[in-house]
Amino acid sequence: MKRSLWALPIATLLASCGSPDSSSKQALAGATVTGAGSTFVYPVLSAWAADYAGQTGTKVNYQSIGSGGGISQVKAGTVDFGATDQPLASNELAQSKLAQFPVVIGGIVAVVNISGIEPGKLRLTGPVLADIYAGKIKKWDDAAIVQANPGTKLPDASIAVVHRSDGSGTTFNFTHYLSQVSAAWKSGPGEGKTVAWPTGVGGKGNEGVAGYVKQIPNSIGYVEYAYALQGGMTYAALQNAAGNFVTPSAETFTNAAESADWVSAKDFNLVMTNAPGPNAYPITATTFVLMPSNPKDPAKSKAVLDFFRFALEHGSEQATKLDYRPLPTALVQQIETYVGQTIK
Amino acid sequence: MTAYNPIEVTRSRSAGADRTFTVLTAGAAWLVLLLLGATAMSMAWGGRLAFETFGFGFITSPEWDAVQGKFGALVPIYGTLVTSAIALIIAFPVSIGIALFLTEIAPRWSRGPIGIAVELLAAVPSIIYGMWGLFVFAPFMGANVEPWLTEHLGDWPVLGPLFNGPPIGIGMLTAGIVLGIMVIPFIAAVARDVFAEVPPPLKEAAVALGSTRWEVLTKVTLPYTRSAVIGAIFLGLGRALGETMAVTFVLGNAHDLSASLLMPSNSIAAAIANEFTEADSELYRSSLIALAFLLFVVTFIVLSFAKLLLLRLKRIHGGTL
Repeated sequence: MKRSLWALPIATLLASCGSPDSSSKQALAGATVTGAGSTFVYPVLSAWAADYAGQTGTKVNYQSIGSGGGISQVKAGTVDFGATDQPLASNELAQSKLAQFPVVIGGIVAVVNISGIEPGKLRLTGPVLADIYAGKIKKWDDAAIVQANPGTKLPDASIAVVHRSDGSGTTFNFTHYLSQVSAAWKSGPGEGKTVAWPTGVGGKGNEGVAGYVKQIPNSIGYVEYAYALQGGMTYAALQNAAGNFVTPSAETFTNAAESADWVSAKDFNLVMTNAPGPNAYPITATTFVLMPSNPKDPAKSKAVLDFFRFALEHGSEQATKLDYRPLPTALVQQIETYVGQTIK
Repeated sequence: MTAYNPIEVTRSRSAGADRTFTVLTAGAAWLVLLLLGATAMSMAWGGRLAFETFGFGFITSPEWDAVQGKFGALVPIYGTLVTSAIALIIAFPVSIGIALFLTEIAPRWSRGPIGIAVELLAAVPSIIYGMWGLFVFAPFMGANVEPWLTEHLGDWPVLGPLFNGPPIGIGMLTAGIVLGIMVIPFIAAVARDVFAEVPPPLKEAAVALGSTRWEVLTKVTLPYTRSAVIGAIFLGLGRALGETMAVTFVLGNAHDLSASLLMPSNSIAAAIANEFTEADSELYRSSLIALAFLLFVVTFIVLSFAKLLLLRLKRIHGGTL
């Protein structure tokens, strides 16, 4: 009697850890692909996944654990695809046998909380933004800011700088931009998912930064475009590489993506900040999908590609609704060619 | 002929039960110690790369730069200690006051409801305190309290530097006050329970000798419960040291070392919660685990200090409770 009580659980235990391929076959039968990575792309990716599951029955399970986590998971082979805001270089891709392509465009906007300033009315140049974040420009009526804003009344108040406290692809794109436009920033804090901020307070996540900027008078922060729109926040117009002041919008993001030099970027290893287009918004960002270029399970790989083909060809409406931008048509064609050549 | 002996049977059965009970309880107690040791070991092991790379400098360096791969724990340690100290300075008198009022002064019918309210406060999730801190309390501090502090105390000789800074409402002072509010229910609930344990004859005797209510409090109740009250305070301190969410919201999460309490800082728990997900280099992750180990060490030192204090008090005043 006693023995038979123990026998059952032990047998079950042995059976469950005995054969790994039986469980993977089961997963395939349910047609589920799993991915992990960037939080930036999560809202649009899950909207696409819901649409796709409705049309094809294939489930896409995406965990937004952060870009760094996505890279290490896809390298370890525990997920079918990873998503990262910071592209990998070609040699790293070759080393880990990964392919990489962009999927959607978004923007990062500088938001301010200055009474009397309306959205898009405050104009900032790249070097001024870098100097504010470096703590060199301390007051809103600093000569450098006044010079870019003739006719706008700026308060004699200290600037409260808000940045991210957690590591983030948003911070990577923002600091990448500051490094492009300011030599001092490049040699100082530099670029990364988190940097040694010279000044300011750190908010956790986009919502944390947005919360701080709304709470602290005369503050400046940076958030994804969608957060600025939903929170009704005052965003600044930024000077782009062509010298024009542009406000963040669907058109200026797309202009940045179209004017960026994708054609000569090997493995799409390109960060779009400071794009050359006359109407390009300077802190435009994209998320890259990573997947094995020499997959062990070709059926899984095909399922992932089918999903992203669907997303790139039919996902623009969902993307626009969520304040992202679809990729330009030429870029989608380039990805199609690249995928055909790279993924076996 | 063996007669049936009920006493013998009961004794032997209960002896067996006794042994089982002893083994079970001892096992449970040793398990805690084992878990504690294993936790400390695995954190030290996870943080070994950081300790090897930076050596003792890991504790003394204020630098925290993920791009350059340089990590030092001074700012989070400092922020943790300062916010917890502020929390205790606020929570100690208030909670002792609450507990004394509930046991000695409040009308009997009101003791139950107020006591339950205090205990319920302890059940509020810390993120609620964090959000209240960010959306309600920080703006209030920034608009009213901090400018006043800077204006009136800012140029005092020693205390002045503590209260100079931009009045943004987010920083060590705000975080310390929010933490203080959070630990009040913990200290107050335990203190109330121990005050209620003071034998009535002791108090009655003091009253019979003509003591005032104040004298009963300071000469009977507090000395009698001293060690338990200190225990309650350190329970609260333990919670303040390890608190994460509420602190993350109002502390500012900036790796800056500053004398001013109005400036943002960082705490060990907040730094780990903020940065772990995207800590993509081996050294970065190891440094965060090393931070966790340091929190362990800091808490251990603080608790040992409390134990020593208790021993000293016992030697001076003789053992009570």
